[in-house]
Amino acid sequence: MQKRSYGKHFVIVAVIVLVTAIITVVGLSRVRWMAAPASAQARSVDSLLGIELVAIGFLFALVMVFMLYSLVAFRQRKGEEEDGDHFEGNTKLEITWTVIPLITVLVLAVLGARGLTEATAARADEMTVEVTAFSWGFKFAYPEQGIEASPIMYLPVDQHILLDMNSVDTDVIHDFWVPEFRVKQDLVPGVPTKLRITPNKIGKYTVLCDELCGTGHTNMQAPIEVVSASDFDAWVAAQQPSTDPAEMASLGAELAASQGCAACHNITGDPGGIGPTWKGLFGHEVELSDGSTVTADDAYIAESIANPTAKIVAGYQPIMPASYGQVLTEQQISYLVAYIKSLQ
Amino acid sequence: MRFFKTGLVKGILVGLLWWLIGFMLVEAIRVVMGLPPQWNTSLPAGPAVPQDTLKWIVSGGLAAYEPAMVVAAIFFVIGFMLGAGTMSDWLKWTRGVDTPMQHGPKEGQPSWFRYLSVDYSHKIIGVQYGVTAVILLMFAGTLALIFRVELAKPELQLTLFNDNLNWFNTLVSAHGMIMIGSILLGVGAMSNYLVPLMIGANDMAFPRLNAFAYWINVPGALLLVTAIFIGGWNTGWTGYPPLSAQAPIGVQYFFIGVFFLGLSSILGSLNIVVTTLTMRARGMTMFRMPIFVWAAFSTALIQLTATQLIGLSFLMVAMQRILGLGFFNPGFPDITALAPAQLWEGGGNPILFQHLFWFYSHPAVYIFILPGLGIISELLPVFSRKPLFGYKWIALSSLSIALVGFLVWAHHMFVSGMNTYLRVPFMLSTLLVAVPTGVKFFSWLGTLWGGRIELKTPMLFALGAISVFLIGGLTGPPLGTVTTDLQLHDTYYVVGHFHATMFGGFVFPFFAALYYWYPKAIGRQYNERLGVLHFALMTPAFWVMSLGQMLAGTRGMRRRVADYDPAWGIDGVQLAVTIAAFIIALSVAIMVINMIVSARRAPKAAANPWRSRGLEWQVPSPVPELSYATAPIVVGEPYDYGLAGSTYVQFAPPTLAPVHSAGVTGGD
Repeated sequence: MQKRSYGKHFVIVAVIVLVTAIITVVGLSRVRWMAAPASAQARSVDSLLGIELVAIGFLFALVMVFMLYSLVAFRQRKGEEEDGDHFEGNTKLEITWTVIPLITVLVLAVLGARGLTEATAARADEMTVEVTAFSWGFKFAYPEQGIEASPIMYLPVDQHILLDMNSVDTDVIHDFWVPEFRVKQDLVPGVPTKLRITPNKIGKYTVLCDELCGTGHTNMQAPIEVVSASDFDAWVAAQQPSTDPAEMASLGAELAASQGCAACHNITGDPGGIGPTWKGLFGHEVELSDGSTVTADDAYIAESIANPTAKIVAGYQPIMPASYGQVLTEQQISYLVAYIKSLQ
Repeated sequence: MRFFKTGLVKGILVGLLWWLIGFMLVEAIRVVMGLPPQWNTSLPAGPAVPQDTLKWIVSGGLAAYEPAMVVAAIFFVIGFMLGAGTMSDWLKWTRGVDTPMQHGPKEGQPSWFRYLSVDYSHKIIGVQYGVTAVILLMFAGTLALIFRVELAKPELQLTLFNDNLNWFNTLVSAHGMIMIGSILLGVGAMSNYLVPLMIGANDMAFPRLNAFAYWINVPGALLLVTAIFIGGWNTGWTGYPPLSAQAPIGVQYFFIGVFFLGLSSILGSLNIVVTTLTMRARGMTMFRMPIFVWAAFSTALIQLTATQLIGLSFLMVAMQRILGLGFFNPGFPDITALAPAQLWEGGGNPILFQHLFWFYSHPAVYIFILPGLGIISELLPVFSRKPLFGYKWIALSSLSIALVGFLVWAHHMFVSGMNTYLRVPFMLSTLLVAVPTGVKFFSWLGTLWGGRIELKTPMLFALGAISVFLIGGLTGPPLGTVTTDLQLHDTYYVVGHFHATMFGGFVFPFFAALYYWYPKAIGRQYNERLGVLHFALMTPAFWVMSLGQMLAGTRGMRRRVADYDPAWGIDGVQLAVTIAAFIIALSVAIMVINMIVSARRAPKAAANPWRSRGLEWQVPSPVPELSYATAPIVVGEPYDYGLAGSTYVQFAPPTLAPVHSAGVTGGD
């Protein structure tokens, strides 16, 4: 059998690879992959992803073009029974395509390590926010500002923030992720973790739990507001306890939303939920699983939030997380009670 | 009815009996000790017999009897294995009774009976593995279709999930783990059917162990499926504690099911290693083995040494739940504040589980893909009519992927809270996997280059596999690099990447293998047009699905959630992914129908329809009961297509010529 010369084929393939690679790389860079960045840490992530997309586009074009070209140029013609050219390999080529990828991944590892250092570097003037995760919500505390618990995370823009993060001891693993900030970190019971962010764009964001944590995982999120330094100070000043029933009820409604209560407790009066409905609960007789009854007053509701298994309502499983007693302040529980009271 | 005498039915019936015995045994001990039958008296058992028993069981009511349920499940597996007859010969040996090896169907039995009963022929066992794999694949795929319907639009639509989101978590978890079971069985199908045939052996080294290793999958898979219906489990296939320590009781059946699937992996791989090392045909040196055998051998090495870790980690959580061993619980909190359901002895660490779990579950990914990559390498030379480019490089790349695969597990834990400095070395080891993987890709291109490529269905699937695995491979480095993983970790980007590696590394090659060896195993030729239609539907649909998942993920879609923010602008993408998933399901249905109908009606297949040089193609189709009545002798290289006069194997004993010199100079 006559050996063919491949010179012509290589030239054609090289040209097609080049053209396809340019099209792929440009195409990939045009796709809006992520929401607009909103933190200083996002820069390291986004620039490295940009580099990776170029490499992906080029290698994709290289392999696909070679493969598809071979299928056309070296296809079996009708009635052809002949075998292809007999060559078993080429050690120089094998070494080349072992060494070049090796160098490439080493470079990538160096870039990755550098980016990691940048994205996680400690800064001198950090403000600490304590994040506590529980099933299913987040609680934020500001030790430097003396704020014990906030369901919303207020952050001053361009301020380096250190997040001191914990999941409640008796709870499960959760995660803190804000897509616009580009960084995430798990919150583990018994293992404190840290995350650093420097929000650099005023706006409203959402922190999502990105570690499967049970029934309420889908809805486990909390609002974040990045505000100017003066707005932040004003917010800190406004964090005084409330005593007005209507205001307490509305704060309670906000809390209920941020804690994911609605995953199990509806406010429509439907008795078929995972947990008892809240509508019309307050002031009524409740039948318990041991056959006794109790009146749903302030004390009963507060106890059921802080220590859910103390009294189990007949027909329901004792599956409510036990963490709320540790997560919520007494003040917050009183807001929730006021809210349930308002649902008549 | 002969059907009721099959090993499968006897196994299930005896298994159920044993289940009952196990349950009663534990309960009896409890009652004798003067304790109430329920462990957890705070659970609302209601009246002695709950009014709606079925609803009570499905919603996890049996949690009150968890320890009895666990013991019963283990009894079920033992009973099944005894009832099915997998241990009959071994038990006879203990009494000194001789058990001659049975070849072919027993007197008076129809041939289908063998497939539903314990049979020691590796060809039967291979088909059993394959059929079970496809059944599990379709089941787990159907689960995915249900939650894909939910995800097609933002907000919650399906009543099932609106009532209780645990159903969503259960379906996601079950889809993941049952698919993994299906893949393990598919790998078993390829290894068991092909390795002995390809190396010229008449069976595996340990045929009885081989049958045992297959059959233990059946009760394992049954427990996995049962887990869905006794309360489900909301932990994902990863089963991380503390969540899995607090999950509904279904998680226990998931743990036990996976434990026995793992036992099957260990026993099966032991057989593959021994068979490959000791039973090769005369003249078949390691570097003259078909390339798939290298892949199967490398896979078996991982299975044999890593699988114990997942069994261990799941067993530890199971014991934490029923015995209160707080392996993965931190601290010693106030026990009185907790529900009795949450046994809470502290002193452990949740992150420890992740190390144990991923020490298997990352190498497991290579268990899933190495055989598939071996299939691609096996098929390309046949349909290109060319030698495999860089045989030794490909063979050794499988081995090096297997070895490096042991050093990368913690890249699943970059944001887990483990020591932050560890992230850099694990990033490096992870990225190194790209090197031997790249060698495979480039060598495949070298194999195609200058060939005479024939695009039959198996070749189409092999090429489709390359394109899909390319997507999976190239999207890996952004996850392996810690910086970008901080954004991408646990998002739908991971889902897209993972599905691309699984489809490219397993599903496409597995289908290629099913089509390619179908005539050899069944003796009839499948319908080529339907095969091409299957390929034409599945490949573009998969690209859309995988790329759509990745885009949704970078925009903010998390894994394992039932809802997403319409503001991200991924509604269209999600709908496209759902439609693509249905097209894939349709295409798989076409394959199954094609194969079932062709087995009865299609024209008889020739002994070697693909003009392959492989050993198995030199014997009639279907392969006779005794594969190689005359011992084959390997006298050349496996992939010397295009070299005039070269021979790989001959059956007549060579007269004078020394065996090993025959390859290059022309054997017969």
